[in-house]
Amino acid sequence: MSDTVALNPGPALAAATRAGVEPRGAKPRRALSGRNIMLYGTLAVAALYYLLPLYVMVVTSMKGMPEIRLGNIFSPPLEVTFEPWVKAWAQACTGLNCDGLSRGFWNSVRITVPSTLISILVASVNGYALANWKFKGADLFFTILIVGAFIPYQVMIYPIVIVLREMGIYGTLTGLVIVHTIFGMPILTLLFRNYFSSLPEELFKAARIDGAGFWQIYFRIMLPMSLPIFVVAMILQITGIWNDFLFGVVFTRPEYYPMTVQLNNIVNSVQGVKEYNVNMAATLLTGAVPLIVYFVSGRLFVRGIAAGAVKG
Amino acid sequence: MTGQAHTGRPSKLLRNLSSKIASIPMMLTAVVIFLGGTIWTVVYSFTNSKLLPRAKFVGFDQYERLWDAPRWIVSIQNLAIYGAFTLVFSLVIGFLLAALMDQKIRFENTFRTIFLYPFALSFIVTGLVWQWILNPEFGVQSVVRSLGWTSFTFDPLYNADIVIYGVLIAGLWQGTGLVMCLLLAGLRGIDEDIWKASRVDGIPMWKTYLFIVIPMMRPVFITTLVIIASGIVKVYDLVVAQTSGGPGIASEVPAKYVYDYMFQAQNLGQGFAASTMMLVTVAIIIVPWAYLEFGGRKRV
Repeated sequence: MSDTVALNPGPALAAATRAGVEPRGAKPRRALSGRNIMLYGTLAVAALYYLLPLYVMVVTSMKGMPEIRLGNIFSPPLEVTFEPWVKAWAQACTGLNCDGLSRGFWNSVRITVPSTLISILVASVNGYALANWKFKGADLFFTILIVGAFIPYQVMIYPIVIVLREMGIYGTLTGLVIVHTIFGMPILTLLFRNYFSSLPEELFKAARIDGAGFWQIYFRIMLPMSLPIFVVAMILQITGIWNDFLFGVVFTRPEYYPMTVQLNNIVNSVQGVKEYNVNMAATLLTGAVPLIVYFVSGRLFVRGIAAGAVKG
Repeated sequence: MTGQAHTGRPSKLLRNLSSKIASIPMMLTAVVIFLGGTIWTVVYSFTNSKLLPRAKFVGFDQYERLWDAPRWIVSIQNLAIYGAFTLVFSLVIGFLLAALMDQKIRFENTFRTIFLYPFALSFIVTGLVWQWILNPEFGVQSVVRSLGWTSFTFDPLYNADIVIYGVLIAGLWQGTGLVMCLLLAGLRGIDEDIWKASRVDGIPMWKTYLFIVIPMMRPVFITTLVIIASGIVKVYDLVVAQTSGGPGIASEVPAKYVYDYMFQAQNLGQGFAASTMMLVTVAIIIVPWAYLEFGGRKRV
């Protein structure tokens, strides 16, 4: 919204609507035309609405409880305090444990890291097999996989509980990692299959003529050529797994609860006085990891969800 | 570890062996979990399983009980309201934002980052923030009252009649950015010549959008619709965090019904029946779409 003086401020509206029809190509700059005021005004108001909750979280988490009780949630803190953050991290209680969200944070790390790596490894090999080494019936499995992505998780949860229990890993982190690998598979396999299919086939053929096998081509040719898509997959998985709640609550024991589950238990616990500042600090802490991933990754995140969106 | 293709003429099963071995996780997931698990749940929804699954079949008993349960009826109504409003509003708002973003604006990346960041947050975080903002004692209601409008009432989370709209506000905040992104990608796919032609003909911009661009974007809209819809059916964490289904049972949703009956009330049969109903709902959305999208293409 630069403030260069409008060239013809007079018949602003009529000209503006006309101008709106030609958003493409060069035209004289009229920064303060009615059209621009409307356009940027609307966008700014919308942006404010989207930013509001983040702002409220930040200011609430930095106020003391007396100030919260007296003031309004939108006012900036008079006295900035970081005590709620410390408390949320190290002292907030869930049930009998009063060691704060840090426990959930480390659980989430221990869940997210192996789940992300394993799900991507498995799915990329799947995608590679589907793209370059298609065998009879492969497409059938792939179709089931993609259709399965639309089945509500609730339908498949209990059978998985039984399978994991039979394997003796129900309630463990290993079990949860497997669950994340399973449910990440449709979208990731699709992502990798499409990407590997788009690579020039000559490359693959040349490697085959040189005598390279399945794994050799995968590790020495496909993998090094596909780093961007691996990054996209990682963004998708890290945010997705970190934000998961349902699988965490169903497939783990309380001592392994991920951060989202613990956060919900802290904030929605019925005992004790509600400390809204601590709650908001805890909420921000839980949202911090995916937010950082989002802000750092920028366009790659958009690419990831776009890839996730065009399934089917 | 060895590529099998170069060993003369191997038997059919051994051909492409590495690829088959590598695909075992995919085959297992597809067949055992997705297909097998779904069939298993549907079959066991016809049993009277309580604490443990038991293969004692009782016909449609569980379904009759399900549709007699007030909580299930409320859940379905909520899903219908939440779903209808989410579809309409996220498409309308998402499209408006996308259209605004498509005007060759400055700071496009900044605006996109702002509109999309809620999508990176979990439903738990979203639900808790909006629980706080909508808190009548401290949130929007109290702020407006302190400005002088003392009779102002806005307490959706504590009013059973409108609680689902409180959830809707949070859900829209989280999800419209994604819709905007998808539709913006669709808008960018429209040929510039279309715009030039409509400009030459002197058609106003809004008419171009309404009668030319939107119909051209039909596939994008349908894909977006399917994505939103399959997300709606799954809505669970948002309600758990924001209202825990309350006040009373006023904001219950089917996914929560399933979880509670399976893992809390130890009434597996009910849980299976409810989850099968969810599956049916999704099938009603997906099957016509899949038919249009893929069935049609094959025939052409």
